[in-house]
Amino acid sequence: MSDKNQTQTVEPQALDPDFVPTPDFDKFKPSRSSLAARKRTDLLMRILIYIAFVIALIPLISVLYTTVVNGVHRFDWYFLTHNMRGVVGGLYPYGGILHAAVGTLEITLGAVLISVPIGIMTAVYLVEYSAKKRLHKAISFLIDVMSGIPSIVAGLFAYAMFSLILGPGTMNGFVGSVALSILMIPTIVRTTEEMLSIVPVDLREASYALGVSKSRTIVKIVLRTALPGIVSGVILAIARVIGETAPLLVTAGAISSTNFNLFSGRMTTLPVYVYNEFQQGIASCPTISKFGSDDFGLCVPGIRMERAWAAALVLIIVVLILNAIGRLVAKIFSVKTK
Amino acid sequence: MKKFSADKLFKWCAVGAGVLILAVLAAVAVFLLIQASPVFIGDRDAAAHSISSFTGGSTTNFFVFVGPLIFGTILASALALFLAFFVAVGIALFISHYAPKRLASVLSYIVDLLAAIPSVVYGLWGAFVLVPHTYPVWKVINSVLGWIPLFGGPVSNPPRTIATVSIVLAVMILPIITSMARDIFVQTPLLQQEAALALGATKWEMIKLAVLPFGTNGLVSASMLGLGRALGETMAVLMILSPGSTYGIHIFTASRNQTIAANIAAQFPEADSMGVSTLIATGLVLFVITFAVNYIARRITHRSSSKKNGMIASVMAWSTRKFSSRNANHSAVSKSDTGDNNNGKAGE
Amino acid sequence: MRHKHQYRCGYMRESASQCMTQGTPQNESLVKVRSKSWRAFIASVVAGACIFSLAACGDNTPSSALAYDSTHNTWASEKLTPLTGEFAASGASSQKSAVDAWIVGYSSAQPHISISYDPSGSGAGVNAFLTGAVSWAGTDAPLSQAQLQASQAVCNGDNAFEIPTYVSPIALAYNLSEYGLNGNAIQLSATTIAKIFNGSITMWDDNDIRQENPEIASKLPHIEITPVWRLDKSGTTRTFQTYLHQAAGDEWSSEPSETWPNSIGQGAKGTPGVVMTIGQAQGTIGYADYAQTSGLGTVAVKVGDYYVDPTPDATAELIANSTWNKDAHKQGRYVLDVDYATQSEGVYPIALVSYDVACRVYPDKRDATFVKQWLSYVLSDAGQIIAQDNAGAAPLPKALRNQMLRTVKTITSASDSKSSSGSEAKGRSDKASQHSTNVQVR
Repeated sequence: MSDKNQTQTVEPQALDPDFVPTPDFDKFKPSRSSLAARKRTDLLMRILIYIAFVIALIPLISVLYTTVVNGVHRFDWYFLTHNMRGVVGGLYPYGGILHAAVGTLEITLGAVLISVPIGIMTAVYLVEYSAKKRLHKAISFLIDVMSGIPSIVAGLFAYAMFSLILGPGTMNGFVGSVALSILMIPTIVRTTEEMLSIVPVDLREASYALGVSKSRTIVKIVLRTALPGIVSGVILAIARVIGETAPLLVTAGAISSTNFNLFSGRMTTLPVYVYNEFQQGIASCPTISKFGSDDFGLCVPGIRMERAWAAALVLIIVVLILNAIGRLVAKIFSVKTK
Repeated sequence: MKKFSADKLFKWCAVGAGVLILAVLAAVAVFLLIQASPVFIGDRDAAAHSISSFTGGSTTNFFVFVGPLIFGTILASALALFLAFFVAVGIALFISHYAPKRLASVLSYIVDLLAAIPSVVYGLWGAFVLVPHTYPVWKVINSVLGWIPLFGGPVSNPPRTIATVSIVLAVMILPIITSMARDIFVQTPLLQQEAALALGATKWEMIKLAVLPFGTNGLVSASMLGLGRALGETMAVLMILSPGSTYGIHIFTASRNQTIAANIAAQFPEADSMGVSTLIATGLVLFVITFAVNYIARRITHRSSSKKNGMIASVMAWSTRKFSSRNANHSAVSKSDTGDNNNGKAGE
Repeated sequence: MRHKHQYRCGYMRESASQCMTQGTPQNESLVKVRSKSWRAFIASVVAGACIFSLAACGDNTPSSALAYDSTHNTWASEKLTPLTGEFAASGASSQKSAVDAWIVGYSSAQPHISISYDPSGSGAGVNAFLTGAVSWAGTDAPLSQAQLQASQAVCNGDNAFEIPTYVSPIALAYNLSEYGLNGNAIQLSATTIAKIFNGSITMWDDNDIRQENPEIASKLPHIEITPVWRLDKSGTTRTFQTYLHQAAGDEWSSEPSETWPNSIGQGAKGTPGVVMTIGQAQGTIGYADYAQTSGLGTVAVKVGDYYVDPTPDATAELIANSTWNKDAHKQGRYVLDVDYATQSEGVYPIALVSYDVACRVYPDKRDATFVKQWLSYVLSDAGQIIAQDNAGAAPLPKALRNQMLRTVKTITSASDSKSSSGSEAKGRSDKASQHSTNVQVR
């Protein structure tokens, strides 16, 4: 710090052509003790920073490890291809997540269908049309607000809206889709906006010069160029909402059988399934079974926790795959276009 | 003529989508208000009855009911932010200035994984790993630092407490703060950094002189966004905390605090219609709080854009835009990828 | 093992065929319409749809341990009126595991039926019943007079009635595994229990506890007691408080309610939450359904001069010693007045009694037939055994069940009660129900 100040005060004198500075460099030489102290601080901070990184790794490794270790036990084909109908306590048909997987797939698909068009068109408006108008500011601000909505509030909103429109207590997959799309829209708008704004102006102008209309330019040139980025953004947004639990807990509920109808009846999703199994605790097993025999497998009291962990494992795998795809899409497509 | 109308149509579609956003947000506010209104302007007895059933008869006033919830929400989130902030800055510095270039991108991907893990999995992890194993830690902190009110009071066992919850919340908001901080640190002008080093500054001194001042506003804004995320987190709290409705500040004592979000999720399944209205009203309160926090975060960003030089401002604006609280850092990689791609194209 | 395999294969075959039948036409029609470039996309969509239809076959083949077995099941020795379609019920979550087992057992005799039970809580369940959304409801609390009045709207002008179907011993579970005490039943009197839960006894080696446990007095550790209670509203909480209030009124003066009155110790959501919390730390104690407490120690509760372990049989004694509430009985309802302060030998005094609410007369014939069959099954030996095996329920005494069955058999639909000679279909159903039981209908 002191070195810096000194050199700065010397500088004006150097402007005088006749003045030949003869700085006493020894004066600025740091004393040995202060140098050592500075080095110690540097080392300390370096260690602290390395420790910070290790600290971040601990929960990550711990979460992944416990999920894999506990989840792999129940993670098999039967688990993936059966639902929870006909499952009693800890008895043999141990059940599975098929209904939850279907629910997650349909509800997320619904959310994508709602939020992708709205999100992309809003971004197109923000980047291509509004040009810093007042509406632009308002929308931009509200997107920020929207991105800050807690997920459970989004769920309550969807619940409140459908309760008013379709009668109190309406719970179905589509309500869940609406809740999730509230969470997805700001993400998609922001990513798309980002992608659109880095498309070079030259491309647009070249297109206009050829007499192409604005809408065609946007669709064929701008959106086309930004497509990989947008697709990857959408996929990452999906990865984000696919693990949402709270909004689906209040909007889509849970059932034990497979429900294909997004618009009627409750629908279990993977995260809600995990939570439901978790909160049901130990399964009861027959103490003196009148009929049971080993032909049908032993009764497993901890079956619900095993199912919860296995479903969590599935969820993590899905999310990680989506993340990887999202990143790959951007990479692969960019290579191709080159 | 046809082209012209197609053009117009497309434009109005775009405008429509933009206006729809306004409408959706208005709808969120309106529907929540409509559904919450019975608590305030409806049947007073029914409202009082439902609130007293939530609180076990201790109060019939909505604000007395929601007060401890607000307190608990803020307490848990603030603790989480405090825990996460320093670690996040450390990791960000590690990635931006300490780790080798090739390692850095791998490391940031690893941190991003923390954001990808669903909250319900964190809940499971907290309930089965943290709760049974953290009691000795809390006991030690309590016996050493017990004179600080925050760490005082009896230590509950199992520790289904605010302290345990805030660890999980900290882990969850860590990647958000980290990736924002990292992106800001990376943008520090190289000249300033090299100047500091040329003057004989150690690496840490260089960071203190050049990198941290450059990132101050960004860090504040990043922490606010992290705080916003922690405030609305439901599942981890729901699955770990033993709730209570007091203004207790002993973070090692169970059954003292509860958060708004977790309370909604816990009470919702068995609530009657007035109960649902009450819960939606608390949801509105949560909405207002997170809105305020996010608004402050943006204001800080904007203030920096008006006062500081344009480059910093643009970096800030870019990063806050990028890290709208939910998409965290995901767009970071895709952005740079497509960026390269486009530059290549422009070059042609 | 062989059995298991056969079931699975059968299911896979079925699903594959369904997949074919659903997938093919969709594929053709879509491809015709769309242009070539979309073909790959459409194909993938159809592939998705195919996987979906496979999904429809995700139902599990229930364990044959629960399946209908004519050698053991006497409730439906004759043919039941066949029913199809969906039936919804909702109510107390305490019954959930028993109802799950009953659904499987009952469905094995009515294979084309689909029953759902939404464990939304007693209050919500009864409300759903009163709006006619469900045909019966489970509740931990008897109906109030207002609810009875309201029930006339959905029960064709008659009162609804409730019958106890599920009785669960509530155990006091504790965790002292590190001190080797989970195996020994710690013995406590009602007064001591009340003192623990109201916070006047805070340590495990308290004199009161030591005096009641002379054999293990020296082993009792000097650690804090953490009482664990239900934080959600529940009939279990009300029952436990009622027990404390009646058996140890001096120490527990607050009126029993569905919410826990103090915040000493920790709250947890649902019985599973309580059990999990107890399991996670030493020195915890809480109240939970006995069936869920495996691995934990359970308190032997003092009744009279003896300490009684919580078992289904000891709890069945409690129910056998109870009487019907007279006022309710006059209205044709079956509400048990349980004497929690009982001093009779060999009786375990803490038990949750959960009721099913049903109409005497349903507007809809299908509902009437279903509820009649359902409740008959639940009260049958088979139903009681299944509930005991899979939900840890205490079996209801046969004498009580026979009384209730008499009422259940009188459940009719509006059309039945109006016309003495009905249509052919009606005649058949009546015949079937008469055959299915020895008790005379009407």
